[in-house]
Amino acid sequence: MARTLWVGTRKGLFALRSKESRRDWKLVGPQFLGHVIHHVVQDPRDPKVVLVAAKTGHLGPTVFRSSDRGRSWKEASQPPAFRRSGEGEAPKAVDAVFWLTAGHAGESGTWYAGTSPAGLFRSEDAGASWQPVAGFNDHPMNPTWIVGQGSPIGQLLHSVRVDPRDARHLYLGVSSGGVFESTDAGADWRPLNAGCAADFMPDPDPQYGHDPHCVEVHPTMPDRLYQQNHCGIYRLDRPGQRWSRIGDAMPRRIGDIGFPIVLHPTDPDKAWVFPMDGTTVWPRTSVDGKPAVYATHNGGKSWHRLDRGLPRKQGWFTVLRQAMCADDEGKKLGLYFGTTSGEIWASRNEGSSWTCLARHLPQVFSVTWGNG
Amino acid sequence: MARGSRVSISERTVVTTRVASPFRSYTDGRAIVESRGATVREALADLDRRYPGMRFRMIDEQDRIRPHIRLYVNTDAVEQLDHRIGRGDTLHLICALSGG
Repeated sequence: MARTLWVGTRKGLFALRSKESRRDWKLVGPQFLGHVIHHVVQDPRDPKVVLVAAKTGHLGPTVFRSSDRGRSWKEASQPPAFRRSGEGEAPKAVDAVFWLTAGHAGESGTWYAGTSPAGLFRSEDAGASWQPVAGFNDHPMNPTWIVGQGSPIGQLLHSVRVDPRDARHLYLGVSSGGVFESTDAGADWRPLNAGCAADFMPDPDPQYGHDPHCVEVHPTMPDRLYQQNHCGIYRLDRPGQRWSRIGDAMPRRIGDIGFPIVLHPTDPDKAWVFPMDGTTVWPRTSVDGKPAVYATHNGGKSWHRLDRGLPRKQGWFTVLRQAMCADDEGKKLGLYFGTTSGEIWASRNEGSSWTCLARHLPQVFSVTWGNG
Repeated sequence: MARGSRVSISERTVVTTRVASPFRSYTDGRAIVESRGATVREALADLDRRYPGMRFRMIDEQDRIRPHIRLYVNTDAVEQLDHRIGRGDTLHLICALSGG
């Protein structure tokens, strides 16, 4: 079966296609030329289905859906949109659909979307129509939890995660707001941020207001969560309530700031990050212009550098939160990332060496794995 | 004017609608289409019936015109969707954005 790496960029959707060997890749596209593609997700429950979060500079946000592996597309009949605001309420409108998550394996056709400004939406018809999740969007604490602009493109709701054991158990991340958890299918939520730093706030250990960049739940050990945060790399083992800063084990000169964190699909002790410069004015480039992936094989007790094949110097890109992923090829696990300078890099050996698959693309926002 | 006849006029008012290029994926590439309605709101609803999804790309869920969209009736800038349209008017759907 063919392998597909979906690439969402600032100017359109691309795909890299390969046979099972993953040695030779062919770049195809663009589709949706000129559209800002924040996220592309192929449905693990039904690989024929692919959803794309799109907008353009001029036009408002929408979701496109394919039911033939990306050959043809149909626009959502009802894209994510907040409810009409009541009298005296600040009106909220979706500016961008930023994040897509396929729902629980037992709930075919269910999807979640996260938006800017921060909103959570759910579809039960494979992305054709979307409804606001009132339990989060209208939670009485929502205006208190989520403060400020969040990111240069506004507040972002991302990292919607569904516990594979329980469709009603959900996590999400908000920049800036923090990590939140629901155990009743989104009817109610509570912050889950204890232990995470928020050094841009006066309170050294606040309950909320944090800036998670990417939150992951391990698929085979769902009580283990990892988080790449604005203020470090963290791990949380439930039912624990307090995150531990596993990024403290990163080399001090590299630091533990970045956007993505990628987990091994079966080994809960393995994870990869792409550190960036989070010092002084936050250049958000690879540290010293020497890009590298860092890996842990022991749940964050130690990290090692993986930069063979990557530029040795003057490589000033970074990797955004949706733009790094793993495949599902077992012992020869592949890793992939796309850069802010429009390159796609791949490793067929868990990051030991890297090859550039594509250059000169627009800024890469999303790199996701698909089969077929 | 009787209520019934007002509805009737609204339904029959045909407005020439000039469509900027970002919308033409909805109009099968056509730069000029017809819409029907006595107000901009009605004309956009009619357009959305024939070109599903088009309205939400220019008008948000709070009925506000999106930041990089400009609507004009002839040369009058549209501030509210209840802006009236008469027979023979032209509705312009314009996109304005700078930067790379």
